[in-house]
Amino acid sequence: MPEPSPTPAPAPALRVCALYPDLMNIYADRGNLLMLERRCQWRGIGFSLQGTGLGSPLSGQEADLYYIGGGQDRDQRLCAEDLRRVKAAGLTEAVARGAVLLGVCGGYQLLGHSYALGEDVLAGVGLLDVRTVRSDGPRLIGNVAIEVSLEDGPPQVLAGFENHGGRTHLGPDAQPLGRVLSGYGNNGVDRFEGARAGRVIGTYLHGPLLPKNAWFADWLIRTALNLGAPLAPLDDRLEEAAHAAARRAAGR
Amino acid sequence: MSARALDLKVSVAKLAGAAARASGRGGGTSLPGRLLMRMDPHAIAGLSGRLSGGSAVISATNGKTTTAAMAAAILTGAGRRVVHNTSGANMVGGIASALLDASRRGRVAGDLGLFEVDEFWLGDVLAELSPRVLVLANLFRDQLDRYGELDSIADRWADLVSAAPATTQLVLNADDPLVADLGRDRPDVTYFGVEDPGMGRDGLAHAADSTHCRRCGSPYRYESIYLGHLGRYTCPGCGATRPRPHVAATKIRLEGTRGVAFTLSAGGVSVPVRMGLPGLYNVYNALAATALTLRLGVSLEVAAAGLAGTRAAFGRGEQIDVDGVALTLLLVKNPAGANEVLATLALEGADIDLLGILNDQIADGRDVSWIWDADWEVLAPHVRVATCAGRRAAELALRLKYAGVDSERLTVIEDLDAALTHALEGARTHASETPRLFAVPTYTAMLALRERLSQRGHVNRFWAE
Repeated sequence: MPEPSPTPAPAPALRVCALYPDLMNIYADRGNLLMLERRCQWRGIGFSLQGTGLGSPLSGQEADLYYIGGGQDRDQRLCAEDLRRVKAAGLTEAVARGAVLLGVCGGYQLLGHSYALGEDVLAGVGLLDVRTVRSDGPRLIGNVAIEVSLEDGPPQVLAGFENHGGRTHLGPDAQPLGRVLSGYGNNGVDRFEGARAGRVIGTYLHGPLLPKNAWFADWLIRTALNLGAPLAPLDDRLEEAAHAAARRAAGR
Repeated sequence: MSARALDLKVSVAKLAGAAARASGRGGGTSLPGRLLMRMDPHAIAGLSGRLSGGSAVISATNGKTTTAAMAAAILTGAGRRVVHNTSGANMVGGIASALLDASRRGRVAGDLGLFEVDEFWLGDVLAELSPRVLVLANLFRDQLDRYGELDSIADRWADLVSAAPATTQLVLNADDPLVADLGRDRPDVTYFGVEDPGMGRDGLAHAADSTHCRRCGSPYRYESIYLGHLGRYTCPGCGATRPRPHVAATKIRLEGTRGVAFTLSAGGVSVPVRMGLPGLYNVYNALAATALTLRLGVSLEVAAAGLAGTRAAFGRGEQIDVDGVALTLLLVKNPAGANEVLATLALEGADIDLLGILNDQIADGRDVSWIWDADWEVLAPHVRVATCAGRRAAELALRLKYAGVDSERLTVIEDLDAALTHALEGARTHASETPRLFAVPTYTAMLALRERLSQRGHVNRFWAE
């Protein structure tokens, strides 16, 4: 019997799990997932996407990157309850083993401790040390640009659009995702935007976020796959032009 | 307020409108109306009260302008003299302007008001005029930065419906669960809908809305889906079900961007209709217009004839000859509307030359996220080349790239004039027999494009019916 040939190193593949894709998708969150998919495919990185809805628990092993988008108030309530009761354990497990978790807008709010809507308080999963309060004041709406430092080197810019009634405040264990260059950010007061705890990231930037910031899509892919080296470059002329236009719209 | 005082204000506002037009500043469509409203906040009530036949109001996320154009064509064919806001100026200023334009020496030249009303402004308009017929045609996800969440608009509409007097007859879309539900506690509602299982699609669109029951929160069960979240549905939770339509379309044949044929039925009578306006979405508009006019006493035959004679409304499927290039203008402004335009375009076969224009001004929605919710994937295999223009041209090109259009086929030229020239040249050089170009602009982009075309001598500067 011939010796089995040595197994080649498996080609990397990104497994993405979208939480409540049919409910938490209000700001074209699909665009974020599409960016991840194509940018993997174009580089020969495998890609798989699974959605998980109300009532389905998570094992914490199913994905390298978990994504949760924004939803209408009614849908966000349904998801908050389900996230805490059905999925929190799996999600915590996934984060503990190094998966990336990205929450955008309503998804960001649910990753914090709580979201108070008047008398009603939605409990979050507490993976970010933030608390959100729905304000009677106007919704914070507009183009936004923030400066972020995800790793050593010069800071980079994320540009997008924000539209939120909630004001989010960072707790002592939270680090902001970035500093507001233009726009409102977490609460329109402290000039912080988003929150980050290791590989758990929350932000109000949609628009959607990743098409306007291809570099950040690549950072997520690389981090989720634990790749040391930068990803192979792509022809990003349109991506860079879209990023520049989004920054221009935000005045930065 | 005396009638004479109102007439004086009408004269002042008319003069201001004439002055704005003479100075060539924009269409000036709603300016005189806004001025009149500032002088007299109840001018709409005062002027519409002079219409002997009362008024009808149409609101929806998509199709308002075309539905109103269809209803106007039908009513005009039936011998009614209609006062209506023709150019999509559908907030209070636009409605006041329409009434103003029709005012002559203390009278209104018309016997029936027909107004399309922005879904957000519906309450303000209903407070001023109690229409004989109120058509609520659909609710889709729209410009979230301007309109807010869909649920909150639905709640506001529900309040308006419950406050509406019994003399206002409701016309509702049976196939839109969010809209049909509004009629649940009202007697005497006219429902319209599609009755053609052949039009069913595989599943809900990516950006499907109101898929959960408004009453009990359970997900609807769909037997057929026709368009976005419109279809035949039941709620397994509380048993809410699609009402049976009184005005229905069967045997629908889509003919690309050239038109659509179907059988129109109401009250046991059926008539064949062929329209020059394309797509299933225009079948829905035709059903809404028919139901509205039937309630005003028009016969089904007259309605069918009016539909056959309706021309495309301002930028909604308008075709313009530009030095030998057949240019079709297809306004897009939200995912559901864009999906219908893209699906209709895809029926045109291969080799489509596209001019996409994406602006992010207030009337377009400053948030351009929605382009990622629309299914450009459906069109991508058919695109020969696409020229992307407007303030967010690059992001539209990016969307097409990620939908599967090769970068080589994409050109970004923000400046509209230069982009138009480039796209027309491309279509001409490539031409088989008749060169074609399909323009897909957002709202302000559509206005700007028509302005450019008029400067080049191809369309009337201002919309006039």
